[in-house]
Amino acid sequence: MIYTEALTKEFNRGKNVEPIRAVDSLTLSVNEGEVFGFLGPNGAGKTTTVRMLTSLIAPTSGRAVINNFELGRQDQEIRRCVGILTETPGMYDRLSALKNLTLFARLYNVSDVAGQVEKYLRMLGLWERRFDEAGSFSKGMRQKLAIARALLHEPKVLFLDEPTSGLDPESARLVRDFITELRMQGKTIFLCTHNLDEADRLCDRIGIMKGKLVTVDSPANLRKQLFGHRIVFHLKALHPAWIELVCAFPFVEEAQVFDNRLLVALDQPEEQNPLIVRRLVEAGAEIQFVGELRHNLEDIYLQLIQSQRTTQPAERS
Amino acid sequence: MELSLERIRTIIEKEWAEVFKNKVVIMTIVILPLIFTIMPLLVLTFTNSSVEGGEGVDMPAQFARTCQNMSMGDCMQVFMMNQFLLLFMVMPLAIPIAIAAYSIVGEKTTRSLEPLLATPITTEELLAGKCLAAAIPAILATVGAFLLFLLLTPLTGISLVVQQYIMGPIWLIAVLVVGPLMSIAAVNLAIIVSSRVTDPRAAEQISMVFIVPLIGLMFAQIAGLIVVNLFLMLTMAVTLLAIDFGLIFIGAELFQRETILTRWK
Repeated sequence: MIYTEALTKEFNRGKNVEPIRAVDSLTLSVNEGEVFGFLGPNGAGKTTTVRMLTSLIAPTSGRAVINNFELGRQDQEIRRCVGILTETPGMYDRLSALKNLTLFARLYNVSDVAGQVEKYLRMLGLWERRFDEAGSFSKGMRQKLAIARALLHEPKVLFLDEPTSGLDPESARLVRDFITELRMQGKTIFLCTHNLDEADRLCDRIGIMKGKLVTVDSPANLRKQLFGHRIVFHLKALHPAWIELVCAFPFVEEAQVFDNRLLVALDQPEEQNPLIVRRLVEAGAEIQFVGELRHNLEDIYLQLIQSQRTTQPAERS
Repeated sequence: MELSLERIRTIIEKEWAEVFKNKVVIMTIVILPLIFTIMPLLVLTFTNSSVEGGEGVDMPAQFARTCQNMSMGDCMQVFMMNQFLLLFMVMPLAIPIAIAAYSIVGEKTTRSLEPLLATPITTEELLAGKCLAAAIPAILATVGAFLLFLLLTPLTGISLVVQQYIMGPIWLIAVLVVGPLMSIAAVNLAIIVSSRVTDPRAAEQISMVFIVPLIGLMFAQIAGLIVVNLFLMLTMAVTLLAIDFGLIFIGAELFQRETILTRWK
């Protein structure tokens, strides 16, 4: 659905000044119906990428295809098939919610303007407030209105730039639930976010960006790549000798103890867990339960960004 | 180049829906034309009785030569009316500038420009919509004020000669051709300024400079440096037509979506 090849964007800063490379040789593909999370620190090039992919700005080099339309040559077609929720979505504050959406539906040449506007106002719980000026809406309501605006023309691809930024927890949850609903409808969603927990919950795959694309994979695979499988054995009491017992297995990469828990790094826990459990029980351990230590996306993100920082100076030199 | 009239109409409706919620704009559209209509009517009424004979009337000799068969009193009234004719030309200039100057920079400040540019609207459609939305009310207000003025002039008791002059080609070309062309030029310039600056107030103040040439024309006429006649009006119409086309082209060229989006903080 989205395909980019060495997509690069530089911003000129005037004569005799090196241009800033905001996006550097971005190559990625997003499949149809996928929720793709695009993460990265401030200034990593996320918004610039979204602007390029929605044909708001032109790339300096490279190519991109969105819904089979070539960027730079079929920009009008691209604009017709994508929806965008910008980072700070502005509304026509003096106009009602209904009027705001009606105007955009007409600009997108929607066939049933009234029907589509009503559908999304109802879907996002704004129908009762349709005649109120957008300027009187709370931040959460404005965000919902902006999402409705992005969806009016039933886009094949939806770009959401920080959709829950600055929202209170309740509104953020509403927006997240709505994204989940869109995902179930099969929409392709390109989600830029700083909220790692949100990305973890919503995204099929995640791309971490810092000028360049650092990595792309599913959250589960990223965890595995970076931290492997860490199994926690919760014991009623812990005997120091049991650590040596566990470490004696050749497949155990590492074993640590904290409180009454034994943390073991394994590569194939499905096969190796029973062996460890059996040996511990034979040694007299009372196992309360066994679980996998799940690193959150924040750990993954920080690890990758950190490693990017340490490799970059070497690359430059 | 394919232009969608529906999208242009949508932009016009959007602009009007926003602008006409602003009482100051409505006041400008209603009150300014009313003042510019009442003022010449009052002048005609009072000068009619005071310059009967036309003795001692002080007016530029260059203008007096154009009066030909008119009495000095009629000539004086025509001279006075020519100053007000320029006011009728200021009207389609002053009214839309406030609307046009805010049009792009206003969208930037409210952050509504990015979603708007993400729609399939072309730059030409956007600028055409913005331009017409600002120019149409001004042109209609000017024409309306002029019609009111024409209807009420007989009540001032002016002579048939002066009435014929006012309903003659100079005034008609000035109000119906030069005025709208000026309006389109001013609106285009205001939109260009609006897309290059970051503050709505700056856009409005810079755009107001466009009234200066007209004020200059007024003073030049009072000083006797030029005479507003048919030739001047036709020259202005042709020149403005060329300027309008040039400005529409330059406006579309200067409207760089990328620069507007990325340099705006």
